[in-house]
Amino acid sequence: MAKVHVTTTINGEPMEFLCEPDDTMLDALRGPLSLTGSKEGCASGDCGACSITLDDRLVCSCLMLAVESEGHEIRTIEGLAQGDRLHPLQQKFLEMAALQCGICTSGMLVASDALLKKNPDPTEEEVRFWLAGNLCRCTGYDKIVRAVMETAAEMRAQ
Amino acid sequence: MTELRYLAPGTLDEAVGAFAAAGSAARILAGGTDLLVQMRSGILKPGVIVDIKKIPEMTAIEETADGGFRIGAAVSGMALAEHKNFGKVWPGVLEAVNLIGSKQVQGRASAGGNLCNGSPAGDSVPAMVAAGAIVTVQGPDGRREMKVEDVPAGPGRTNFKPGEILVSFTLPPRPPGSSDAYLRMIPRTEMDIAVVGCGVSLTMKDGTVTSARVGLGAVAPTVLLVEDAAKALIGSRLDDAALAKAASACSAACRPIDDKRGTIAYRTKVAGVLLKRTAAIAAKRATGK
Amino acid sequence: MNLVTNNKWIGQRTIRPDGMDKVTGRAQFAADTTMPGMIWGKILRSPHPHARIRSIDTSKAEKLPGVKAVVTSKDIVDFPIEKGAVMLGIQDMRWMCRNVMARDKALFPGHPVAAVAATTEAIAAEACNLIEIDYEVLPWSIEIDDAIKSDAPVLHEFNKFDGKPSNIVGRLEHKKGDIAEGFKKADIVIERTFTTRPVHQGYIEPHACLISVAPDGKTTIWSSSQGQFMVRAMTSMLSGIPQSDIRAIPAEIGGGFGGKTIVYLEPLATLLAKKSGRPVKMVMTREEVMRATGPTSGSKSTVKIGATRDGKIVAAHGTFYLQAGAFPGSPIRGAAGCSFTPYDIPNLLSEGYDVCSNRSKVAAYRAPGAPIGAYAVECVMDEVAERLKMDPLDFRLKNAAKQGTKAAHGPVFPRIGYIETVEAAKASPHYAAPLGDGHGKLRGRGVASGFWFNAGGESSAQVNITEDGNVVVTTGHPDIGGSRAGIANICAELLGIDYRRVSVIIGDTQTVGFSNLTGGSRVLFASSMVVTQSTEKIIQTLRERAAKIWEIDPEAVKWENGAAHPVSPNAGQFEPLTLEQLAEKAPAMGGPIGAGVQLNTQGADGGFGTHICDVEVDVDLGIARVIRYTAVQDVGRAIHPGYVEGQLQGGVAQGIGWALNEEYIYTKEGKVDNPGFLDYRMPVCSDLPMIDCIMVEIPNPKHPQGVKGVGEVPLVPVMAAVANAIYNALGKRFYALPMSPPKVLEKLESADAAGCGVEA
Repeated sequence: MAKVHVTTTINGEPMEFLCEPDDTMLDALRGPLSLTGSKEGCASGDCGACSITLDDRLVCSCLMLAVESEGHEIRTIEGLAQGDRLHPLQQKFLEMAALQCGICTSGMLVASDALLKKNPDPTEEEVRFWLAGNLCRCTGYDKIVRAVMETAAEMRAQ
Repeated sequence: MTELRYLAPGTLDEAVGAFAAAGSAARILAGGTDLLVQMRSGILKPGVIVDIKKIPEMTAIEETADGGFRIGAAVSGMALAEHKNFGKVWPGVLEAVNLIGSKQVQGRASAGGNLCNGSPAGDSVPAMVAAGAIVTVQGPDGRREMKVEDVPAGPGRTNFKPGEILVSFTLPPRPPGSSDAYLRMIPRTEMDIAVVGCGVSLTMKDGTVTSARVGLGAVAPTVLLVEDAAKALIGSRLDDAALAKAASACSAACRPIDDKRGTIAYRTKVAGVLLKRTAAIAAKRATGK
Repeated sequence: MNLVTNNKWIGQRTIRPDGMDKVTGRAQFAADTTMPGMIWGKILRSPHPHARIRSIDTSKAEKLPGVKAVVTSKDIVDFPIEKGAVMLGIQDMRWMCRNVMARDKALFPGHPVAAVAATTEAIAAEACNLIEIDYEVLPWSIEIDDAIKSDAPVLHEFNKFDGKPSNIVGRLEHKKGDIAEGFKKADIVIERTFTTRPVHQGYIEPHACLISVAPDGKTTIWSSSQGQFMVRAMTSMLSGIPQSDIRAIPAEIGGGFGGKTIVYLEPLATLLAKKSGRPVKMVMTREEVMRATGPTSGSKSTVKIGATRDGKIVAAHGTFYLQAGAFPGSPIRGAAGCSFTPYDIPNLLSEGYDVCSNRSKVAAYRAPGAPIGAYAVECVMDEVAERLKMDPLDFRLKNAAKQGTKAAHGPVFPRIGYIETVEAAKASPHYAAPLGDGHGKLRGRGVASGFWFNAGGESSAQVNITEDGNVVVTTGHPDIGGSRAGIANICAELLGIDYRRVSVIIGDTQTVGFSNLTGGSRVLFASSMVVTQSTEKIIQTLRERAAKIWEIDPEAVKWENGAAHPVSPNAGQFEPLTLEQLAEKAPAMGGPIGAGVQLNTQGADGGFGTHICDVEVDVDLGIARVIRYTAVQDVGRAIHPGYVEGQLQGGVAQGIGWALNEEYIYTKEGKVDNPGFLDYRMPVCSDLPMIDCIMVEIPNPKHPQGVKGVGEVPLVPVMAAVANAIYNALGKRFYALPMSPPKVLEKLESADAAGCGVEA
C-alpha cells in the first residue's frame, strides 16, 4: 500500500507522519509517532484505554483512521501534564491510589479531563456514567471515581 | 493485498460519484465506530472509504422553517446533544442517539451510521421510527426520500439502491403536547448492545393521547414500527388497560432469536415491559408533569 | 519477631514508585517497545474444537515475500507424555509444550498450530492463511456433563479413570472424621447442586512480547508476565536455549490476576527470532486473548451440610467438578481445599475432580478454584442458617475456625482472624443499616465468607546504598497491585529515611536472584522478608562503620532516624553519622554498601474475609444491581492501606461480574461466541457502587511486619454474597451463575420456590 502523508497537531505541536490508509489513529500514535501512552486493549472501542481527544472531543483512537487527523488537533495522555507540572487529576490519582496496574490509567485520565472540562461539578453518577467506556479490571473503580470527584472539588475551589 | 483508498470529498456530488464508481468495494465513513471494528476484525476489507464528514450538509443540524429538524447523517450524538433546541423538542431521539456506545463513541457515532449499519439493535433507530423521521438519500439517480422504517432490509442490509448515500434525517414539527422517549434493556448499565429497545412518541391533549408511534428494536430482523401498539394508546388516557394492550401488541410483534444477548422468551416479555415504561416517560414529558 | 511500632512510613498512603510513569503515559508495558530490525509474529490457530492434525504444509507461506520464518510443533522441544511429568511449579511441561502449539491434535478452537514472522503484521497474517493443514475433525465436548459421559470423545486417550479412557484426569480429596456418622447426628441436612460458567481474568493488556536471539544464542525477552523467571524457564525448556543465555526483562504488566503465570507467546517468538535472525514482536488481539488464554474453570459442585438444631455443623460433603480445558490442571485444590476452611467441621469430605474438555486450558485466576467452591458452600450455609432461623453471621460465628482448629487440608491453624472478620461485619454500619426503599425494585442483603491459602516461596532482593546516600531496592517480582509502594514504605521505615529516597525496581532474570511467581498473594509477604533481611544487614554494616570511625564497639552504635548514634552517653559523645555521610565515606571504609538475601520464605498464613452485599432487583426486567458492598478482611498488616483496599475493591468487582454477567458463551460449533469486551460483560464504572473496606489487622506473627497476603481472598466470598442477597430480595434461590437478566426473569416466572436443589 502506498503510504499517506498526514499533517496534524498533536499535544499542541505541529506534526507530520506517514501511515497506511487503513491504520487507526492508535496505530499511528503508537507507531510512527512513538506515543505509546495510549494503549490497545480491545481495538473495538469497548475498553477506552486508547482514549484521546480530537478537537477537544473525547474519542477512542482505535475507532478513528489516522488519515482523519489531517488538519485536526489531537491530544493524548502525553500532553496532559504541563512540562514537569502534573495535571491535578494526575496528582490526585497518585495520591489516592487510583491506579494499580496502570494500563487503563492513560485513558481514564484523558476521559476524566474531558469530563471536567465539560462539567466541572459532576455528581458521582455522572462520573460513573462518563467513565463507563473506560474499563478497569484492577480497582473496582472506587478510588478512580473518588479521585475525579476530589480533583473537581479542588479545581472549583481555585 | 488490496489497496485501500481514503477519500474525503467536500461535496455530496463528489461523494456520490466516488461511492457509486467504487461499487461494492466502497464504504461510507461517518463516525467509523462500526466500520473500523469490522475492518479490524477482518469481516470487511473495503477498497475505497468515502469520508463524508467534510460535506457541510452531512454534519449540519438545521431547524426547518416549519419547526422541524434536519440532521445530517454524520452528526455525532455529542454534537446533537450540544444543540440548544433539539433535546427540548426530541428528548427521546436524543437519548437514543446518545445511548450508542461510550462517551468516546458518542463523540463520533451518528444516527446515520447507526441506521446504515443495519443492526436490528441500533439504539437510535426505534426512536427515529417513533419520531416519524424521513430520510433523504442521494444516489446516481438523484435524491429521494424514504420513511426511516423502510430503510432496514434485514441484519446488516438496507433498502438503499446501489450507490445511494444517506444524507439526512428530517423530523417533523411538533404539535403542542408532544414528546417522546426511548428505553432499552441491557444487562449492564452501559456499553452493551440493546437486548430490546423501545421508542415511543406521543401527542396528548387534556390527558388523552391523540397520536402515537411506537418503534421496537432488537426483537426482529429489522426495527419494527408497531402500529397496533400505537392504536392501543391513541384515544386512551394511558390507563392500565390501554398500556397492557399496547404492551401485548409489542410482545405480539416480536419475532426475536435466541442469542448471546437474550432469549426469545426474555425479549418478548421485555418488549411489553419497556413499552409501558417508555410511554409513561413520554407522557410525563408531553404533559409537562 | 518484634513488630516495628510507632511507624512513620508503614501504614502510610505514600505515592507509588512507578506512579509517575503510569499517570504520564511513560510506563513501558509489553507492547510498548521496539527493536531495530524488528519483525512481526502471528499465530495460525485451529478453527476446530477437536481435530487430528494429519499434515501441515507451510511451503506457500514460506515463499510469500516478506516472510522470514515459520514454526510448527516440530520446532518446539517435545516432552513425551509416556515419559512422565516434568513439572515447573504447578505446570507440567508435557501440557505446556502442547498448549503453546498443538502437536498431534488440536484441542480447542484457537489452539495454535503454526506461527509466522514477517516484515509486517499484514504479511504475517496473510502468510498464516497460506498454511495448509489437513485436519481430521473429531467429535468434541465442552460442558462437564458432556465430557464425563461414558461415550464422550476423550481428549487424552492415555488417561484412565476407573480403568477406562476418560476425561476425568485428576481427583483429590480432603477428609476429616466420618461423614456418614456425622450426618446421622444432624437435625437439618441441606444438599444443593451449583453450576458456574468459565470466566476470564479480563486483564486489559493483551499478552505481548518482543524477543531477540543473537547468533550466539544470547536471548533477550521483553514481555509482561507474572514472573520473568517463569518466562525464562519455560522458554528455555521449550526452545532448548539454556537459562543462562536468556535474559527475561519484565515489562510493566497491565493486569494478570493469575492469567499471566504461564507463557503463550514467548517460546514461539523465541523460535521465530532464532530462525529469522531478527527481533520478533508478537501481540495478541483481544479475540485471541479470549479464545486461547485463561480463563478459569466452569464448574459443577454439590454441597451437603448437616447441622444440629442449636446451629452446630456436624458434617459436610462437597464434590467439585472443574473444567480443566484442553489439558489437565484445573484448580480443584482451591475448590476442595478452601471452601469449608472457615469452619470447624468435625466430619468433612471434600472432593475435587479435574475434567478435560475442548476449550482453552485454564489458567490461574485469583484464588484459583476457591471462589467456585465458596460459592456453593456459602450459599448452602445461608440456607442452613435460614432453616435454623439464625442470623447468617451468628451461624458462621458459631462454627468459625480459630487457633487450634485442624483444617481438612492439613494445617492446624495458628492465630487466625476469621472470627474477627465476622464480628467486624456484624458491627459494621452496613449490617446495621436498613435496606431502604427500592422504589418498586426489590432489595435484599446477603453475606458470605471466604478463605485462601496464601503462598510463601522463593524470593530474592538486593538493597544498595547509592554513592549519594540514597537507596535502590531490586526485587524479582512483577508488581501488579502496588507492591513496590509497600516495599518502599518498609525499607524507608527500617532505615529511618524519607520513603522518596528509596527507589524500588523489578530486576530482570540476569540481575536479581530467582524469585517465584507474582501469585498466591505472596509478593509483599515474601519480598518484604528478603528486603527486611537485606536492609538489616545494611544497618549492621552502617553501625560497624560508624563504630570504626568513633572507635567504639559496634554494639554501642544504634541506627535511628537515618543515622548512626551512640546507644547512650556512656558509649561516647559523637555527632550522628547520617546515611549520606556514611555513603560518602564508603570507599575508604571497606567499599560499597549493599546486601542481598535469597530465601524460600515460610510462614504465609491463610487469609479470611467476610462480605456484605446489598442488591436491588428490577423484577420486570430481571436486572440485579449491587447497590452497597462491604468487604471485611484480615489483612495482617496494611503496609500501604491504599493498595490493600485496592485489592479488596478489585476482587469484589471481579466477583460481581462473575456473579451477574460474565460467562463464556459457546456456539453450536463449539466456539466462543463472545470473544470481546462487548459481549463478555465485565463490570463498567456505572455498574458498581463504592466498595467499602474494613481492614482487620491481626499481624502475622511469622512475618517481620506482620504481613499476610491480601490479593486473592477478596474474590472468594463475592458470588455467594451476591446470590444470598438476591435470594433475600426475591425469596428464590439461584443455583447457577451468572444470575443474568434472562435467567433471573425465568426464575421469577417459574413456579418452583426453592429451585433445583435436592433436600435430604
